[in-house]
Amino acid sequence: MTGSLHRFANPARFQRLARAVLPWCAGGAAVAFALGLYLALVASPPDYQQGDTVRIMYVHVPAAWMALGGYTTMALASAVALIWRHRLGDLIAQSAAPIGAGFTIIALVTGMLWGQPMWGTFWVWDARLTSVLVLLFLYLGYIALVHAFDDPERGARAGAILALVGWINVPIVKFSVDWWNTLHQPASISRFAKPAIHPSILTPLLVMAAAFMLLFATLLLLRVRAAIVEHRLRTLAMARARG
Amino acid sequence: MTPFLVLIRRDLALSLRQAADALVAVMFAVLVVVLFAFGVGPEANVLSRISAGVVWVAALLAAMLSLDRLFQADHDDGSLEQLALGPLPLWSVALAKATAHWLVTGVPLIVAAPVLALMLAMPPDGLATLLAAMILGTPCFSLLGAIGAALVLGARRGGVLVAFLVLPLAIPVLIFGTAATEAALTGLEAAPHLMLLGACLLATLALAPAAAAAALRQAVG
Repeated sequence: MTGSLHRFANPARFQRLARAVLPWCAGGAAVAFALGLYLALVASPPDYQQGDTVRIMYVHVPAAWMALGGYTTMALASAVALIWRHRLGDLIAQSAAPIGAGFTIIALVTGMLWGQPMWGTFWVWDARLTSVLVLLFLYLGYIALVHAFDDPERGARAGAILALVGWINVPIVKFSVDWWNTLHQPASISRFAKPAIHPSILTPLLVMAAAFMLLFATLLLLRVRAAIVEHRLRTLAMARARG
Repeated sequence: MTPFLVLIRRDLALSLRQAADALVAVMFAVLVVVLFAFGVGPEANVLSRISAGVVWVAALLAAMLSLDRLFQADHDDGSLEQLALGPLPLWSVALAKATAHWLVTGVPLIVAAPVLALMLAMPPDGLATLLAAMILGTPCFSLLGAIGAALVLGARRGGVLVAFLVLPLAIPVLIFGTAATEAALTGLEAAPHLMLLGACLLATLALAPAAAAAALRQAVG
C-alpha cells in the first residue's frame, strides 16, 4: 500500500492529479454550500428552545470539525515528511496550517456569537473552549516556527516535529466534553449510536459538513499547487545564483 | 560516573559559574508576584483568593526565561555536535540538559514558592499541597521547554518563539497544579489533581526527551 502512496509523492504527478481533482472539489463545495445554506437557513425548522439561534450551529459545528481535521491533516503530512523525507509532506502541512487556523477562528467566533444569547456570555473558561483556544495557539505557533528560519528546509523540519507534539491536543479537544463537566454540550452525533438529534436538523448539518470538507480540500489543493510552484521557482533562482 | 551524570554536572558547573543567571528566574518570579500585588491591590482576601494561580503563573513564566539558552550556547560553539557524536544517545542528552535546567531554575522556584504564597496571603493549609504540586509540575516545564528550546535552535527571535511554543503545551500542568492547590485551600480532596499532575510528569518524562532529540537531530543536521 505504501508503494502506491509513494507514487503520489512525486510533485509533478501530484500537480497533474490536483489539476484533475480541483474542479470537482470546488464545484462540489459550491453545490454543497448552496444546498446546505438553503437547508440550514430556510428549510430547517427553528429549535423549540433556541429559536433561530440554532442556525449558527450549522456553521459552528462543521468549522470545529475542520479545525480538528485540519490539524490532523497537518500532523499526518508532517509524519510522512519526517519518516519518508517527502518534501511534499512539508508543503501539505504548511499549506494546511493557515486554513485550519481560519476554521478554528470561525469556530471560536461563531461559538461566541451563539453563547451570548444562549449562555448569556461570550466566553466561559470551560474545557472545550479552552482546548480549542489552545488549538489556535498551536496553529499560530507552528506558522511562526516554520517562518522563523532563514533556511526553509530547517523551518519545515522543526515545524513537522511541533505539529506531531501538538497533535496531543486533538483528542483533548474531542473528549474534553466527556472528561470534564463542562458548559459546552457533549457530542450529539456518533457513528456507533443513534444520533441524538432529529433528521430535520441532522441533514442540513451533514450537508454543511460536506461543504466545509470540500472547501478545505479545494483551498488545500490550491495552496499546495502554489507552494510547489513557489518551491520550484526558488530552486531555479538558487541554481541561477550559483551559476 | 556515567556520561549522563557527567553532562548534568557540566551544565550545573556552567550555570553556577554565572550564579546571577540562575537567580534571575527566581527574581523574575518574585517580581511578577509583586506586580500582581500592585496591579490587583493590597486587599488580603482578594490576593489570597488568586494566590494559587498567581504563584503558578509566576513559576511558569520564570521557567520560560532561561529556556532559549538551554541548547543555544552548545549549538553555537559546536559542543552539541560533539555530544551528538558521543556515546550518549540524543534523548539522553536532552534529558540531562532538562534535568540540569530544572535543578538550576525549578528547585529555586520550589523553595521560593511558599514565600511567594505568603506574600499573597495564602492560608497556611495550602502550602504543603502547593509544594507537592510544584515538585511534580516544575519538571514538566523543563521537559516541555527542552522540546521548544531544541526546535528554535538557529531561529530568529528564538527567545520569544520558545515561550510561544511551550506555553500552550504547559497549560494542562498549570490547570492541574492550580486546581490541586485550590482544592487544598477549600478543604476538598487534592489527591486526584496531584495524581493527574503526576501523570503529566510521567507522560512528559517518557515523550519529551524523544521529541527534543528529534528536534536536536534536525538542528545539528
